[in-house]
Amino acid sequence: MIEVRPPAEVPARGEALPGAAIDEARASSVAKLRVFRGEPGTPSRYDEFDVPVEEGMVVLDALHWIQGNGAPDLAVRWNCKAAKCGSCGAEVNGRPSLTCKTRLSDFDLDEPITVEPMRTFPLVRDLVTDVSWNYEVNRSIEPFSPPADVPQSDWRWQQEDIERVQEFRKCIECFLCQDVCHVLRNHETERPFMGPRFLVRAAGLEMHPIDQADRRPYLKDVGGVGYCNITKCCTEVCPEHIKITDNAIIPLKERVADEFYDPIQWAWRKLRGRSDSAPDRRSLPVLQAGRQAEPSIEPTPERLARAVGEDSPVAEPMHAAAPTTSTPAAEPTPAAERTDAGKVAKAARATAGARAKRARRRPDTGDETPSEG
Amino acid sequence: MVLASEVLDQIETHPVDVLVIGAGGAGLRAAIEAKAAGASVGLVCKSLLGKAHTVMAEGGVAAALGHVDPEDKWQTHFRDTMVGGKLLNNARMAELHAREAPDRVRELEAWGAVFDRTRDGRILQRPFGGHSHPRLAHVGDRTGLEMIRTLQDRAVAAGVDVFMECTITRLITGADGVVGAFGYWRTTGGPVVFPAKTVVLATGGIGKAYTVTSNSWEYSGDGHALAYSVGADLIDMEFVQFHPTGMVWPPGVRGLLVTEAVRGEGGILRNKDGERFMSRYLPEDRRGEYASTDEEAARWVTAQSEGRVTDARRPPELSTRDNVSRAIYTEVREGRGSPHGGVFLDISYLPPEHVRRKLPSMYDQFKELADVDITTGPMEVGPTTHYVMGGVRVDAETGASTVPGLYAAGEVAGGMHGANRLGGNSLSDLLVFGQRTGAAAAAAATSVAGWKKAPYLDPVQVRDAGRELAAPLEEGGGEDPYALQRDLQDVMQRLVGIFRVAADLQEATSELSRLKARWPAVGVRGGRTFNPGWNLVFELRNLLVVSEAITRSALQRTESRGAHSRIDHPETDQAGWGGRNSVVRRRPDGSMEVTTTALPEMSDELRLLLGGAH
Repeated sequence: MIEVRPPAEVPARGEALPGAAIDEARASSVAKLRVFRGEPGTPSRYDEFDVPVEEGMVVLDALHWIQGNGAPDLAVRWNCKAAKCGSCGAEVNGRPSLTCKTRLSDFDLDEPITVEPMRTFPLVRDLVTDVSWNYEVNRSIEPFSPPADVPQSDWRWQQEDIERVQEFRKCIECFLCQDVCHVLRNHETERPFMGPRFLVRAAGLEMHPIDQADRRPYLKDVGGVGYCNITKCCTEVCPEHIKITDNAIIPLKERVADEFYDPIQWAWRKLRGRSDSAPDRRSLPVLQAGRQAEPSIEPTPERLARAVGEDSPVAEPMHAAAPTTSTPAAEPTPAAERTDAGKVAKAARATAGARAKRARRRPDTGDETPSEG
Repeated sequence: MVLASEVLDQIETHPVDVLVIGAGGAGLRAAIEAKAAGASVGLVCKSLLGKAHTVMAEGGVAAALGHVDPEDKWQTHFRDTMVGGKLLNNARMAELHAREAPDRVRELEAWGAVFDRTRDGRILQRPFGGHSHPRLAHVGDRTGLEMIRTLQDRAVAAGVDVFMECTITRLITGADGVVGAFGYWRTTGGPVVFPAKTVVLATGGIGKAYTVTSNSWEYSGDGHALAYSVGADLIDMEFVQFHPTGMVWPPGVRGLLVTEAVRGEGGILRNKDGERFMSRYLPEDRRGEYASTDEEAARWVTAQSEGRVTDARRPPELSTRDNVSRAIYTEVREGRGSPHGGVFLDISYLPPEHVRRKLPSMYDQFKELADVDITTGPMEVGPTTHYVMGGVRVDAETGASTVPGLYAAGEVAGGMHGANRLGGNSLSDLLVFGQRTGAAAAAAATSVAGWKKAPYLDPVQVRDAGRELAAPLEEGGGEDPYALQRDLQDVMQRLVGIFRVAADLQEATSELSRLKARWPAVGVRGGRTFNPGWNLVFELRNLLVVSEAITRSALQRTESRGAHSRIDHPETDQAGWGGRNSVVRRRPDGSMEVTTTALPEMSDELRLLLGGAH
């Protein structure tokens, strides 16, 4: 039972592969990346890096190159590097993107590529934001509720019955849809809004062939489905190409409308004595306003406006139990340590201007830019 | 100067009954079970919840449900697993796994997972390498995502406390074994301790020891190294699975997984001459299980796509992973590779609709990352470090390690997969042993005398762990952790890869001790707040331990078996090595002891099932 057949003329050594490291000799050109740096309570800045570009390279490759060549402390959240985990979301030239699938070849390399953290969430440091609010929202949704009286051995459904649900379950929770959603981004509501990601999750549960729960009162009164005004920005940025607005949100809106605004349903509810009010055992947390500001013309000065001088709480763990003793405070980072002094001064000047400006339209997202109404 | 006794008053503390380290499939399943058993549970993970490596699993979860082929029973699954593992598996684990996997999969469905369906509306199963029947329950090629999301929602709804973006750097021990863990928040850098009655390791694998890997940064052997550091045995560490099909181009995604489901759905491997080479590499004693002509393989593919049982035998591409990896490696080495140093994997002869429906994320992955449309042309693929069969030596029933209070489940545990894991058996392993370990850890925690009291943590250990944490920041301009990691990966990739030889392995051990000597001088810039360079320092320490364990175990095993191929010992030495597991443990002086132990006894029933294979 000999199974091993060593290859002919194999050197006795294993294969020396270049792997993920960028081989500078093979690099064909150079990209200039402008990367947001900073954390709450310290001055922020943009650092520029000249990154050798290889064929097929993505923004995350460039960020890794930067970490290995001069900025080992550049904070980037990432995991799979294959667009499957949804960790590496950021705003590349103002557009919410997964950096692991945003290719450098899609940009004009004569211009710098600006990489910034997702705007909607409080900053932790550099490109990392505190997305824990999303996990809190998720927890408020009533989970899958199969029928108690049908044994699982009798559960049957056809592939076509679940294709819509499977579309929703493709979601990788990158939160780019939450980031781009103007209701969340600009804090347009007084009351909580769960955002596209969780409307998608709710839709996946509501449309499951055997789910028994009725989440309509929750969606109406707690989740705030009515706040979505169908600008479809979320669909536009979804890396999984889920038709969030058309397939999830609009049908949910219709279900809620049928339940609550249909006169027959209304009368029936009265007869049954069911309340219109929201279930009280669940509530949504409110997204921290933190460093939020109005939409920007250009990300650069606006970003600084937010990060400089405006405080945002450092991330708390998702739902860690209250500590029994106090946490030693994190050491302050020597922020401008490696910053070119001139750059800082320029950034500070830009900051003042940005505060005064009103939003127009972000150049690269065009009409998809969140707008009022 | 802080007195050791004052340390505990100053540090963030979260006492729990059961601490689960790692929130992939095994950790989540263990946490759910422990919570259901009435224990308080803390679940710690290095990343955000739901991002663990399980999310990358694509092809499916192996369970003998018998939905596609009613002939499939736990006995056949057991036999396939043992044969695939070259009989080095812990047979009791393989038995429990095969028996319980169907229930664990049905349980996922009851918790909301939405698997692809058969024509009669039940969970669909697909064929995979080394499985004698279509066995993998799946959701297209994103099964891992479905699984982790289902478990995550279940765990959160059950009230498990999740500590996200938190790294454990040390286990704390007391007179009765492990009593807690020390770590830090990645977001703030602040230290934290978890006094715990029992600790479950569910930290996954070690792929980041190699340059080319399908694994994410998280796979740094943390659990292996933590267990080793408190004296637990590691077994079978020489068995590292090189998945045959990783992407080879573009360079930034080299190593990224191309699911075995591509071959399960009919993907054909060809070299640059267009030759379908796999039949040349089939082991003689298993050749009869594979199609002998292209026509027979095509009939099999057609039947599979229509969900029919067929008398055609499966294509040679569905040989076990160790075998396919060696075949591809050899084709490339002998000059028959593709332009970017791999071979061609072709599924484009099937209707584009079918390919996109069955392999949607592969379609996207190649389209978006490599500009290749897999419905019109072939992919280029080559071997990539994927999985470690070796791990913490555990009791089959409970997942208990050789150190009291410490448990392990999932990839970090050893024994289940022997010398080579079958595709799809990892996801089922996570579920089966996650559940068992969670139950056992909760039972042990709630039976400890004085169970309401949090265990006492030795302040000296906590203080030392804190100092270790701070040291790299104080080093300032010391050794660059990224450079050290690159050097380590280069040594492992070059010298401890698919084909191994004594001289290389010896060279690797001396290289590794040189790297180890550089580690204490590692220094990083910046502060504690989400500082990846600093975070890497502790992962490096763990990678150095597992790399040494792999290399020394590989040197010790003077035969070829499964994923371990020795050029200088090409034979499988059943008499000398067939009944022996490698064991690695830490000597009191800190040096690494490498030895062997006899395989656990197999019951007569199981022996009978193996029949001629044994």
